[in-house]
Amino acid sequence: MVERVAGSSAGEPPAEELVVVPLRHPWRWVAIAVIALLVAMLVHSLVSNPLWHWDYVRGYFTDTVILKGIWVTIELTVLSMLIGVVLGTILAVMRMSPNPVLSGTAWVYTWFFRGTPVLVQVIFWYSLGLLFHNISIGVPFGPRWHTWDSNTLITGFTAAVLGLGLNEAAYMSEIARAGLLSVGPGQAEAAAALGMGRGLALRRVILPQAMRVIIPPTGNETISMLKTTSIVLYIGLYDLLGAAQSIYSQATFLQVPLLVVASIWYLIMTSVLYVGQYFLEKRFGRGTTRNVPLRPGQRLLLRIRRRDESAVGGA
Amino acid sequence: MPDAFTKRPAGQPIVLAEEVHKSFGPVEVLKGINLQVMEGQVLCVIGPSGSGKSTFIRCINHLEKIDSGRLLVDGHLVGYRRVGNKLHEMRESEIAKRREDVGMVFQHFNLFPHMTVLQNLIEAPTKVKKVPKGEATEFARALLERVGLAEKEKAYPAQLSGGQQQRVAIARALCMKPKLMLFDEPTSALDPELVGEVLDVMKGLAADGMTMIVVTHEMGFAREVANELVFMDGGVVVEAGNPRDVLANPQHNRTKAFLSKVL
Repeated sequence: MVERVAGSSAGEPPAEELVVVPLRHPWRWVAIAVIALLVAMLVHSLVSNPLWHWDYVRGYFTDTVILKGIWVTIELTVLSMLIGVVLGTILAVMRMSPNPVLSGTAWVYTWFFRGTPVLVQVIFWYSLGLLFHNISIGVPFGPRWHTWDSNTLITGFTAAVLGLGLNEAAYMSEIARAGLLSVGPGQAEAAAALGMGRGLALRRVILPQAMRVIIPPTGNETISMLKTTSIVLYIGLYDLLGAAQSIYSQATFLQVPLLVVASIWYLIMTSVLYVGQYFLEKRFGRGTTRNVPLRPGQRLLLRIRRRDESAVGGA
Repeated sequence: MPDAFTKRPAGQPIVLAEEVHKSFGPVEVLKGINLQVMEGQVLCVIGPSGSGKSTFIRCINHLEKIDSGRLLVDGHLVGYRRVGNKLHEMRESEIAKRREDVGMVFQHFNLFPHMTVLQNLIEAPTKVKKVPKGEATEFARALLERVGLAEKEKAYPAQLSGGQQQRVAIARALCMKPKLMLFDEPTSALDPELVGEVLDVMKGLAADGMTMIVVTHEMGFAREVANELVFMDGGVVVEAGNPRDVLANPQHNRTKAFLSKVL
């Protein structure tokens, strides 16, 4: 209607003869030029500067000391995150419980473990033998059934897992609480109205929905933990970074290539976590969107195909 | 209009409220509610917002705890177990057990968004009542058929319209084979064109003899389906009676004022 009036009144050509000129983005080309220049400088340095010592990077990349270090890093990350997630969820549920003793306990736990440095906690667990020479199970203040020597029970590894895991639980509890709070009260009411108890409703209705909110920050924590594990060097454990350090301080005396080795391995492990997180998010995103989200690869393909189509249409 | 729904035999009172009081902090929302609902009856509760009508039906399945008075559902005190002269507060699990017999439909549907329609329906029967999955599925499918959504069993709630979601919510409540159904403004969150499909399902339920308490603003539904209409305002029952009498010939000024605005 409007087009016809405009066309007829000013004597302009009919609508189908009008040509659409796409918006140009000249600044994008400027940005590309600047970034290309910076990348070129970086690549030039990597290739031409002999101090990177690429031969050492290649030589030590799969060195047994490095591989052992990677294994320690993975073990510590998996075990402490496991403790963190399980205990964190329990703490979050306790914190939201109507029982004031439980919620108070959870609050104090979080306050204490977030309020002291994780390094202090790890060293503390490692030196538990200074405080308790023996550790026993039995009746409190009563008979003991079995007693261990603290120094044999608490090895560097168990101290590291305890320290990292218990610290992580404090952070995870707040993440889990945020997730639980994100599920509207109507869901708990609907579950209750169907005769579901608190535990069943939590397990089947509330937690699966909270997971959507819990997963992204938990991915954050896992990636962070992957690198935080290197503090175990302080109690004499060699993780990936510790292994790299031990090589350059005892054998090669070249820091750069071994730090590059460690960094590449950290990037590889982080990338694997990204993939895992993608599938977890997809699993717990069920029913939240009307159309299924695409995998990153599919998204790229679709974009290229659309561009081709629009190019054909425009010609 | 024939009196199809009003001439049902009244049996035992399934809900009996005597002087029910309830406060939220300093605000007293229910100031002594007295009413009874017989088995097979359809009771509609109308009234302005803030009159306490939603709070009252939420008390019936203990989503809210009453402060004083007596509230009996199916002959049992809500939330208490009587032993001799003592009333013992019920455990969470006992309250849950009682709720199995009372279905509830919410204004905002409250379907479980991470489950398909069929999973929504069989969740409580299989996990709470321990009905075998095959049997629960069969019953759920029959109910979906009844609410006209047989082909939607694999859909997620987000893929359904509001009217369809509310019909699923009704079917979900019916899956527990309740003795009493509570409806808390079931059509208030729906587009006007979708209200009819939900009311039709509710009319069908009433015709089958289901005992229902319906908080609603649908005066047409109340006139046609209810055998008893209750007008609440300021936390008390102002007027109650045959819906046609109350709607056509209200006795109290507050009822008149309210009806003049909504009719």
